[in-house]
Amino acid sequence: MFVRWSAAIAAVALLSGPALAQGTKPTDPQIAHIAYTAGVIDINAAKQAVKKARSKDVKAFAEDMVRDHEAVNKQALALVKKLKVTPEDNDTSRTLSKQASDKLAELDKLKGAAFDKAYVENEVAYHKTVNNALETQLIPSSSNAELKNLLQTGLKIFQGHQQHAEHVAAELK
Amino acid sequence: MPGRLSSTVTAVVFATMVVPAHAATIQITMENLEISPAEASVKIGDTVEWINKDVFAHTATAKGGDFDVGLPAKKSGTTVVKKAGIVEYYCRFHPNMKATLKVVP
Ligand SMILES: [Cu+2]
Repeated sequence: MFVRWSAAIAAVALLSGPALAQGTKPTDPQIAHIAYTAGVIDINAAKQAVKKARSKDVKAFAEDMVRDHEAVNKQALALVKKLKVTPEDNDTSRTLSKQASDKLAELDKLKGAAFDKAYVENEVAYHKTVNNALETQLIPSSSNAELKNLLQTGLKIFQGHQQHAEHVAAELK
Repeated sequence: MPGRLSSTVTAVVFATMVVPAHAATIQITMENLEISPAEASVKIGDTVEWINKDVFAHTATAKGGDFDVGLPAKKSGTTVVKKAGIVEYYCRFHPNMKATLKVVP
């Protein structure tokens, strides 16, 4: 329980962290960077799971994540190119990446059913965190209409993934 | 005579099983993770065609297991409805995508 709470608090602190705090809204170049980074993180986690997962459902879920997030990020790249926006690294992106690489290392030590469970639980938590950030920070802060649109599609995809991950987690029990 | 009767019976039974002459194709679109129309009325024997306009793969999967149609990005897929009733279906990849088919005889 303690571990769960501290993870939840860390996740909240992370997304209201330095870059987004103090009432300063992230800029479109920062938002684009955060959204893209969030996708890359899930792709990397999924690639690890494709290799390590024991359960057929978990492996299939991971393959879905690679496919969908690559498609979203491809659209994001096309959009920033069109808008001539250069995604700008920021504290939120850096914190997300650092936390993700710690998680990859942690999951790397697990095997079989223990890995499957930990990966899927983290997918549920991760998508929840990202959805919350999209809804409360990134979408309201974005100023370009096309970027906002893409983030809204991203939110629907991520919400779908969260539900899918919850189903897979329930099946594992 | 019994032979003729049974072939007549067979013909009648067969006639009620084949696709009715008025069978239609009903198109349902999936775009931006939304299914529209979310509620469609169809008749037994009609073909339902789902058109996936997204760059993401979706599925049209009946809750009761009546059909599970894979819809790769920018592709469509079909099923022929075979029994009456209300069929709820969703996308396996994005279970927040949900819709209903009302199948009437
Ligand atoms: Cu879908």
